[in-house]
Amino acid sequence: MNALFSWLADPAHWSGPAGIPARLVEHLWYSILALALGAVVALPIGALVGHSRKGGFLIVGTANGLRALPELGLLTLLVLLMGIGLLPVTLALAVLAVPPLLAGAYSGVRNVDPGAVDAARGMGMREWQVLTKVELPNALPLILGGFRSAALQVIATAAVAAYVSFGGLGRFLIDGLRTREYPQMAAGAVLVAVLALVVEGLLALLQRAVVSPGLRGGGRRSPTATVGRPAPGPGSAHPDPVPTREPAGAEP
Amino acid sequence: MVWDWIPRNLGMLGELLGEHVVLALVPVLIGLVLAVPIGWAAAGNRALRTVLVPAASVLYTIPSLALFIVLPAIIGTRILDPLNVVVALTIYTVALLVRSVADALGAVPSLVVAAATAMGYRPGRRFVSVELPLAVPVLIAGLRVAAVSNISLVSVGALIGVGGLGQLFTEGYQRNFPLEIVTGIVLILLLALVVDGMLVLIGRVSTPWTRAGANA
Repeated sequence: MNALFSWLADPAHWSGPAGIPARLVEHLWYSILALALGAVVALPIGALVGHSRKGGFLIVGTANGLRALPELGLLTLLVLLMGIGLLPVTLALAVLAVPPLLAGAYSGVRNVDPGAVDAARGMGMREWQVLTKVELPNALPLILGGFRSAALQVIATAAVAAYVSFGGLGRFLIDGLRTREYPQMAAGAVLVAVLALVVEGLLALLQRAVVSPGLRGGGRRSPTATVGRPAPGPGSAHPDPVPTREPAGAEP
Repeated sequence: MVWDWIPRNLGMLGELLGEHVVLALVPVLIGLVLAVPIGWAAAGNRALRTVLVPAASVLYTIPSLALFIVLPAIIGTRILDPLNVVVALTIYTVALLVRSVADALGAVPSLVVAAATAMGYRPGRRFVSVELPLAVPVLIAGLRVAAVSNISLVSVGALIGVGGLGQLFTEGYQRNFPLEIVTGIVLILLLALVVDGMLVLIGRVSTPWTRAGANA
């Protein structure tokens, strides 16, 4: 433990292209790219399928199937096929982000109060307006919940990218493992874990700031929200892709 | 011919598959045994619940590779000990199931509990023969997630030399041999599918009343 702290306290480890800040930036950069790519693919599909209220079993099935996909296998395979580069790493991580994003967008839109949707149609809104002005704002808690677990999964797993000669905080883990330098490994592990916890906390705060106060009713959603709710997400992420069921501070 | 690799290595593949099953499912069993009493405590006591359930979420946030590596320093094992993977996956399983158990037990109708008490069930027996069976559907849902995610996560252990089928990924990568990696991915997906199906079946068999209600 003392070796771990002295490794972390050593100023040499805090500067240069192999220092902690540089690795942290790399780690966040891959994570953001992968999340963006995953969101571009998953959110529209999830929202549209939720809006049509048909084909939900396909979404749930796809999301669960993708969850069983071993990330290390996907990453090594893509790198062998495409060569070492940002693209295979981003793709492999994006695949990881898809299930929670897809499930969040689908179940969020699918579980919007049908009365509200009917009222919107009755007011003369077009389908597109129903989706963007009524369903998406109402679905925001579940969409953001999915985004939170996706972000956690990606950040946690981005450490594995170091195995295929890539940067990020995983470098400390993998390099330390190769040279049997335990303090470096432990420091890398602690840094990744702390990063995951900090991002989780920040996203929880963001969620509270963005979601309409009218939706923070806590238990009100629980009876209707069970239809088609996806199973909680596995991997090193939040146990529940829809953690909004118990938003922080919603306890009476 | 490249495809020869599979029949020539069936023995090794079987061995790795067996190791994978043990590494992934032993934690599910231990996790279940540990999570039931913890979840029961959380369901019965509001103060405990507000501590235990968020604590479990935080545990689940710790990246697996990080946990595999930090555990030896905490529990005193060697870095390449398979026990690290088993303990880490047990922690994830408990973290996941505590919430399921607490939610499931909390959802047992209080009238049912009151009726069982009135029929003379003592708390211990009432828990085993009334509350726990009613919690089975939610419990099975939690177990399915835990089992499938463990099966996928074991392969990360290959980075510290203990990964069941995950070793096909590290070896295939080092030898520049995609077929080996694809074989590993397919076997892991199949394993996840089979285990998931078995859990669904166990859930059905152990809750005959849910089907009776659906037919009525």
